[in-house]
Amino acid sequence: MPEREPGLKAAIRSLVRRKTREIKAVDRISFDVAPGEVVGFLGPNGAGKTTTLKMLSGLLYPTSGQVRVLGHIPSRRERGFLQQITLVMGNRNQLSWDLPALDSFELNRAVYRIPPVDFRRTRDELIDLLDLTDLVRKPVRNLSLGERMKTEFAGALLHRPRVLFLDEPTIGLDVTMQRRLRAFVAEYNRRTGATVLLTSHYMADVVALCKRVIVIHHGHMLYDGDLSGLSDQFAAYKTIGVTLEDASASLDAYGEVVGREDGKVMLRVPKTESSRVAARLLNDLTVNDLTIEDPPIEDVIERVFAQEAPKEDAS
Amino acid sequence: MLDLYRGSMRLSILENFQYRVANYFYMIGMIAEPVIYLVVWSTVARAQGGSVGGYTPGEFAAYYIVWTLVRNMNIVLTPYAWEFRIQRGRLSGELMRPVHPAHFDLAFFVGWKFVVIIMWLPIAALLILFFQPTLDPTPGGAIGFFIALWGGFLVRFFLLWALGLITFWTTRVSALFELYFTVELLFSGRLVPLSLMPGWAQQLAGWLPFKWAFGFPIETALGRLTSQEIVTGLGMQAVWTLAGLAIVSVVWRAAIRRFSAVGN
Repeated sequence: MPEREPGLKAAIRSLVRRKTREIKAVDRISFDVAPGEVVGFLGPNGAGKTTTLKMLSGLLYPTSGQVRVLGHIPSRRERGFLQQITLVMGNRNQLSWDLPALDSFELNRAVYRIPPVDFRRTRDELIDLLDLTDLVRKPVRNLSLGERMKTEFAGALLHRPRVLFLDEPTIGLDVTMQRRLRAFVAEYNRRTGATVLLTSHYMADVVALCKRVIVIHHGHMLYDGDLSGLSDQFAAYKTIGVTLEDASASLDAYGEVVGREDGKVMLRVPKTESSRVAARLLNDLTVNDLTIEDPPIEDVIERVFAQEAPKEDAS
Repeated sequence: MLDLYRGSMRLSILENFQYRVANYFYMIGMIAEPVIYLVVWSTVARAQGGSVGGYTPGEFAAYYIVWTLVRNMNIVLTPYAWEFRIQRGRLSGELMRPVHPAHFDLAFFVGWKFVVIIMWLPIAALLILFFQPTLDPTPGGAIGFFIALWGGFLVRFFLLWALGLITFWTTRVSALFELYFTVELLFSGRLVPLSLMPGWAQQLAGWLPFKWAFGFPIETALGRLTSQEIVTGLGMQAVWTLAGLAIVSVVWRAAIRRFSAVGN
């Protein structure tokens, strides 16, 4: 990757001496995904999520290592492979901008050599599932972002791919549309048994769809396992919510008070101490209600990323 | 594959009819260039006693009216579009299809040509009415012209597609493209009929691809070439088309390995 300092002097210097830096976008990542699984890729910007998806879908050649998807080496870009996968990128438009989506769907039928009967059945099913009846007849440029993403999904799934690579599919969409697309992906996975690999900055996408997550940061894999296990491994604290008979009692001796709402006090306590603190609270005070919760998944993820110092190989 | 071409061409025709007014303005704007050449050369011909380099004002009119059609047929995917495609990340989506992107581009431009030809006809009628060209095509010449017109399109399509692949190595190559287009302008017959150029330039033009995509179809339409010359010209078009195709298929393999999926 070329790089230079800002300013005119550096620009002139770069004319005769170009500086480049080698960066490993992903490094020693290894995982298997079973058919029908829905896996979430988590990581901050520049973590290597999209690079991984692009290697899996055959868009990028890995400089070393091996990738196999459905028995194919993706970078060979064989027809048999490309016909079984799809890549949906949020904010990216593959449908013809000026024409109704139905016209682009028809082209996809020819591209993927879908028999007309199968094509009509799948198309109508997707139109029904995504509630597109009116939208597919309007020029794509007249659709809102959310409507466009729905039609993009339909276009990308007409050939009934066995593997879906979804790269930030809900980016920029309002909450209702995000929920709608999430429900659709879950339903598609249930109906067809397709494997789904999803990257998203919206934790709600991941929580709703993925039982398993892979966390990547600075090109390294930090975690691969159940979403629920992420808190167990990385969260250093739990939150105890306690409602006391005497709302004025001080709780500073039990943990860090992080909030109070409608008489309920939120206490942050070290994970290993949570049971003991809860027992003490119940023993020492008159407790009306007590809950022990994992921290929100966003906090856990933030903590995971914070643990990893930047690592880049330069030359 | 036929189904794919039919579908892609259909989409292109629909899209281009959608922008028929813009297309018309574009074509009308393009007429300024040959009309200027035509007026200049007709004036020179009259000043030199009725002809220059064997062209009378009527023949110049014919040359530059056919020029307008050939020029429109010569419009293909420019290397600049490659820059746009890669920088904006559109190529990623196109590469996910199980078909080589060249098929889509070829079908798209072929479809567009049908729209162009239909839209060109009234413009040509007006130009003929206004400039009174001397055009007396033979049936053989007309068939040769029809083939040469599409042959020229294919030559330019594949060569510029190959040139565009440089953007896989560097995304800023406009200067190189400009150089290419300047050489093309000089040796294609676009600026001036090649027979008006010095002998060495005419000889050099014969070895370059540009003339076969531009000047050759025009001269075929004008009836200035013998049957032998037309057959040779069509052969040269086939050679350059195959050369472009070969470059595309070889470079593509290396280009795709280089693809760094810029901008998504």
